[in-house]
Amino acid sequence: MGFETLMGDEAIALGAIHAGLGSAFAYPGTPSTEIMETLQFLAEKQKAGKLDGVKEAFNAQWCANEKTAYESAIGSSYAGKRAMVSMKHVGLNVAMDPFVNSSLLDLHAGLVVVIADDPGMHSSQDEQDSRWLADFARVPCFEPATQQEAYDMTREAFEVSERFHMPVMLRITTRLAHSRATVKLGGILPQGKVKKPSAGMDWVLMPGIARKRWHAVLEKTKSIQAFSNDSSFNPVTKGQKKLGVITAGLALAYYQENLEEVMAANGGQAPYHLHVGLYPIPEKSVLEVYEACDEVLVLEDGYPYIERLLRGIVKPSKRILGKESGELPLEGELDPDNIRPALGLKARAVLPVPKTAMPGRPPQLCQGCPHVDTVNAIKEALQGHSISAVFGDIGCSTLAALPPYNLIEATVEMGASVGMARGASISGLKPSIAVIGDSTFYHSGIGNILDAVQHNSPFTVVIADNLTTAMTGAQPTIVPSSKMEAVVKGLGVDPAHIRVLKAHRSDHETNVRVIKEEIEHNGPSVIIMVRECIESYKKARKP
Amino acid sequence: MKYDIALRGVGGQGGIAISVIIAKAAMAEGLKVKQSEVHGMSQRGGEVSAFLRLSDKEPSSPMIPKGSADLILAFEPLEALRSLPWLKPDVGRIISAASPFKNIPNYPDTEAMLSELKAMPRTMVVDADKLAKEAGNAKTANAVLVGVAARYLPIKAESLEAALREQFASKGEAIVEANLKAFALGRAL
Ligand code: SF4
Repeated sequence: MGFETLMGDEAIALGAIHAGLGSAFAYPGTPSTEIMETLQFLAEKQKAGKLDGVKEAFNAQWCANEKTAYESAIGSSYAGKRAMVSMKHVGLNVAMDPFVNSSLLDLHAGLVVVIADDPGMHSSQDEQDSRWLADFARVPCFEPATQQEAYDMTREAFEVSERFHMPVMLRITTRLAHSRATVKLGGILPQGKVKKPSAGMDWVLMPGIARKRWHAVLEKTKSIQAFSNDSSFNPVTKGQKKLGVITAGLALAYYQENLEEVMAANGGQAPYHLHVGLYPIPEKSVLEVYEACDEVLVLEDGYPYIERLLRGIVKPSKRILGKESGELPLEGELDPDNIRPALGLKARAVLPVPKTAMPGRPPQLCQGCPHVDTVNAIKEALQGHSISAVFGDIGCSTLAALPPYNLIEATVEMGASVGMARGASISGLKPSIAVIGDSTFYHSGIGNILDAVQHNSPFTVVIADNLTTAMTGAQPTIVPSSKMEAVVKGLGVDPAHIRVLKAHRSDHETNVRVIKEEIEHNGPSVIIMVRECIESYKKARKP
Repeated sequence: MKYDIALRGVGGQGGIAISVIIAKAAMAEGLKVKQSEVHGMSQRGGEVSAFLRLSDKEPSSPMIPKGSADLILAFEPLEALRSLPWLKPDVGRIISAASPFKNIPNYPDTEAMLSELKAMPRTMVVDADKLAKEAGNAKTANAVLVGVAARYLPIKAESLEAALREQFASKGEAIVEANLKAFALGRAL
């Protein structure tokens, strides 16, 4: 097989296809989105007979949210087909229920869960570290350091999943997902045949059986630990013993970037080094480094996971250096520069700071964005109210929190705007408005509408329907815009209080009037403001 | 051989496409490359920073260390200044487009900023927009900048031309020709 220059996300998609992928599912989320985009692109190519060597068609579907995506993947695996589900780190919070419980199943076809963490919060509301969650679910977790490893480990993750009959996580970070390098490709495996798991009740997680399955999970712990201890993805290189170094994932690259200088400062010798590419942490090798060296430095992107497990509560006799001990920044990403002090190196020489002030460029709504017209109408409709609250959601519309709009006052996570506005309204804070995009609404705003209808809560939901999942680059919304009104009606909202408007300044007067009317209504109302996102419009009409 | 480039611009300026073109040309000559870019929020008018590393050995970090870039290729002057910490202090070069991209209210005074930039050693501030129009297509400013960079990059001009051709092939021969012309105008500077 040949070579290709691939982004981390693309390498994962290709690795899965070459490992005989049957079905893949996802909800968009930076930096994981390109995994499904690549899978869909290649699925089309395969159908056209233009994907070299891949004879069987495979599914690649966007889903309503990460939970539904994950559940479909479990079903695919049940049917005997290798399945993959991909999402960003906060998506795993949504899919936590199926994720944690699927580790109890007796899987027979590989199930790989790709989680893209975003240390530094380039496009996220937190920098949670998914390695803790793999640990929590007691499943093995791979963490690639290069695009090549992203490809190789994806393939290997299916093998390991089938070996231990449980899901396997592949944890990547933004820099790995979105950087490119040349990747050497391997052979193409055939898909599994449709076949059910062996007879018995191992898939029925009711208490009696779940206890048995939990026992089985705990029993596996030892063999998984042994597997990790011996894995070639966790290599140890002996070296000088003053400072032992443990790297994980991409931190390896930043370490290597500085290695020459570290060696020069130590008589030409490289430090004793363990690299972790597979979890659970290879305890045997960690102990080897710890026992051999005077001090140990841990370089890992995300939370201080290895570092914390290493240090524990009972203080070790030797110094463990890392994020919690202050040698490395506790927040944000690692980079080739901020790890230098921990390695005993001085900062690199740089040019003096320019005299010109360097104002940042915060992200902003595009010129002509439909949300601008929605925001302006809401702002005007709220004029004259001494108190009011506007809750926002995840997506481009969040940007209406920034100047010059200053409309959104709170944003937490997907779908939260609706529940928060409802809670505020029944507590007496009125008018209370939720502003949510169409994709986010389907993802997890819907359930809150059911609560609102049931309790006849007096607040207004504005669905900013731009016909797409815009922030992540215009992926299709799971339900076409034309059906939005029917969906909201179906949830039980009084049809007299479902209003469909055009999010355009030409309709500004009407829009302001309707919003004013609906915020006076003493029950739930839903205003659907429709106009296509500019980016999505451009994308759909690209040659 | 190792050659590190920091590409800087504002979301939508096409910096990532340029990175791909240079990378393709480098690979065609047998070099190893590593490219890094940040997507997402930055596409909505935020600053975009991409790194491109060319080497005869596989480069390790996707991010260039500070003080290490051989070239800053900026599509906008404020972003050129912002990248200075990445430039090799003694030998690094700056090539920047001259026209400011003003999408913030507190954009610095253009004249003062440009003169500060021009005062840097080994710096070329190029009126890429003007040359792009001369090439017959206002959207070829980035190809002008690649043309200017061509004399410093460790890659043959023919390889860059071939990569430009490949990149724009799907958009038709007229677009390809305009980009090649813009590239030539940049080289001639
Ligand atoms: S991408 Fe679409 S929805 Fe997002 S700001 Fe631009 S026009 Fe608006």
